[in-house]
Amino acid sequence: MSSQKKLVVAHAPYWHDGSKISTKNYSIIIAALPAALMGISQYGAPALGVIAFAMACAMIWEIVWSLILGKGATIGDGSAAVTGLLFGMLLPATAPWWVVALGTFIAIIVGKQIFGGIGFNPLNPPVLALAMLVISFKGIFDFNESLCNYDLGFVMTFPLADLKAFGPEAIAKFNLGDLLMGRQAGGIGSTFGLGLIVGGLYLLLRGYMRWEISLSFLAGVFITALLFNLSDPEKYAGPLFHLLTGYTLIAAFFLLPEDSSSPANFIPMLVFGAMAGLMTVLIRNIGAYVDGVVFAILLMNLANPLLDKIRPKAIGKVVENA
Amino acid sequence: MIKRSFLGLVKPALQYNLVPDSVQEIPVPRKVVLLLKASANGGPHGTLKVGDSVKTGQRLCASPDSTEYVISSVTGTISAIAPYVGTLAEKYTAITIDAGGQDEWDDEFDKTPSLDTALKFFQFAPGNPCFKPFADPEKTIKTIVINGLDEDLLLTANQQAVQNEAAKIKDGIGVLKKITGVDRIFIAVPETLVQQASTTGAEVKTVNAVYPNSLPHMIMKDVFGQVVPAGDTLDDAGVSFIKAESVAMLGTAFKTGHLPVTKVLTVAGKNGSTMNVKARIGTPIKDVLRACNVSVNDRDRLVLGGPMRGVATYSEDLPLEPGTDGIVVQDEADSAQVTDYPCINCGECIRICPVKVPVNMLVRFLEARLYEDAAAMYDLHCCIECGLCSYVCVSRIPIFQYIKLGKYELSLIETAEAANE
Repeated sequence: MSSQKKLVVAHAPYWHDGSKISTKNYSIIIAALPAALMGISQYGAPALGVIAFAMACAMIWEIVWSLILGKGATIGDGSAAVTGLLFGMLLPATAPWWVVALGTFIAIIVGKQIFGGIGFNPLNPPVLALAMLVISFKGIFDFNESLCNYDLGFVMTFPLADLKAFGPEAIAKFNLGDLLMGRQAGGIGSTFGLGLIVGGLYLLLRGYMRWEISLSFLAGVFITALLFNLSDPEKYAGPLFHLLTGYTLIAAFFLLPEDSSSPANFIPMLVFGAMAGLMTVLIRNIGAYVDGVVFAILLMNLANPLLDKIRPKAIGKVVENA
Repeated sequence: MIKRSFLGLVKPALQYNLVPDSVQEIPVPRKVVLLLKASANGGPHGTLKVGDSVKTGQRLCASPDSTEYVISSVTGTISAIAPYVGTLAEKYTAITIDAGGQDEWDDEFDKTPSLDTALKFFQFAPGNPCFKPFADPEKTIKTIVINGLDEDLLLTANQQAVQNEAAKIKDGIGVLKKITGVDRIFIAVPETLVQQASTTGAEVKTVNAVYPNSLPHMIMKDVFGQVVPAGDTLDDAGVSFIKAESVAMLGTAFKTGHLPVTKVLTVAGKNGSTMNVKARIGTPIKDVLRACNVSVNDRDRLVLGGPMRGVATYSEDLPLEPGTDGIVVQDEADSAQVTDYPCINCGECIRICPVKVPVNMLVRFLEARLYEDAAAMYDLHCCIECGLCSYVCVSRIPIFQYIKLGKYELSLIETAEAANE
């Protein structure tokens, strides 16, 4: 049975819903833009430089790695660009160039590629990079120190540092509206709460983000902070303050729901988010670091494979009782 | 093709095609090809020879005691007999019959409604009804479910049978009761066909018309509240599924005395339009497409069956089989392409899987060829093969293909182990 026409065969299904990794990553970039643009408008050219350089470096490391390994270029999937952008958004506007280059190297090569590339990273790449740099070069990431030459017309001290050093009275000068609108010191793209929330809602509505993780993380932060606050209002700040400062919102919408380092089943997603929220507030309130988000994320990333074992019984599964 | 909507929080529901097109009969082709399954007891014997003349409805088998047979769908002469290998290496004998003019009906079929008659004449009927479990002393079938929905999207062969041929289905149910001795007969239909279905005499059950609810395992779970354990067949659970078109065909055959030789199928063209045609079993696909004015070009995709579970074929010369419910032609530009990207663990497959298989882990094991671990730890055998995981996969991994491959490799291992014992 021969045929003159050459037909293309493949396995079922012959329909696909049209989703692509690149579409997903470009959506994440679009969602992150409001917050990033706000940071750039506040800090000007240096902030633009940091973000642009971070994205460029991340993509260059990705290309270099695929050249070294002789693999097909994976740059088009947008994953390196997202990593670069998010890493840039976590940095202060004054971050020197070598911090950006080193950080993106850690994120792309150490955080992702040595494990096998996209989909294999056990830890969130930008968060891993940030954690290693924070431990190594403390001064650069102390926002009070790095932003001391800026005066943007609002209180230029890092809210969480004030809280840690001087207790809740010291944070009376921050009003929640200002914090929400990005009128606070911090990373370039991590202070504009409203922009991050809008970006998060956009991703959520488009189905590119797992809302379970974000919401349970925010709930975890809120409830833990509330409990601390209720136990001793003199010592611990209120829950809304914790929600709107530091890396809380960027973590909730962009860092925690990163695909490969977070669970995919329903209950594990809730546990993952809630535990990360709990860890964040624990580190902030009784730990050594000013902002606990970074280490809370990494800790929960490590717990992810174990958490994802909690899954519903497949329908029809036969459990053999030994 | 139904794409993901811009807002993706709520997943689009894949609705079955509930508005069957009217059926157009296409002319008898000049030649038909019938695929005779190789029998367990040997290859082709001397019973069939090139040059033999056959009548419409004549039972053709390799040897007199063989259980596999085909029913000639035309009157004419056998012009070729050749071996043919199916997609999963099943062995067939392809019998080509040149049709010659008027239909002359074979009269071996004597209208006795018994299980032997069913086994002898109706295994090659449209919809591939399976009567073997009823003859198997180890299995007790207590319930028969008539599936009034096609098992794939776009297709409407069964929907049109319920809509237009309810009276024939009623006759068919009568025959079915006599053949099998089973009294509990249900008909599963979508909401829109309940009225027609209620005239058939079977107990009507409604199915939510969203893919994959018409798959037998899903009907068992959703409608009857009975979960078929992984690895068991439906027969093991005491239930036999038969398609509505097969039941209608039974009714007609026992009324007229003529064995069924035609098959109703849905042809979906490149622009997404569908039409229903009735063609002789064994008609080359080429002839069906020509009658429907559907053209196929190089690099197009020609799918036998529906878009989710069909089989893409390599030649237009292949014949229509009794189980071919549809032909889908896809343009090269519309064909879904797979990639070799790894799983990014986004969890879309987990959320869409109708039987809660942890697809993200399963596919990792299958990619690494750890089929036994995949079955033991990650529920490979629970999969009901709907293909939704591949449909939503962001990385475009051929998950469904991996699953089928895994099941196939495991079946080979099991066969080898059984042979060693």
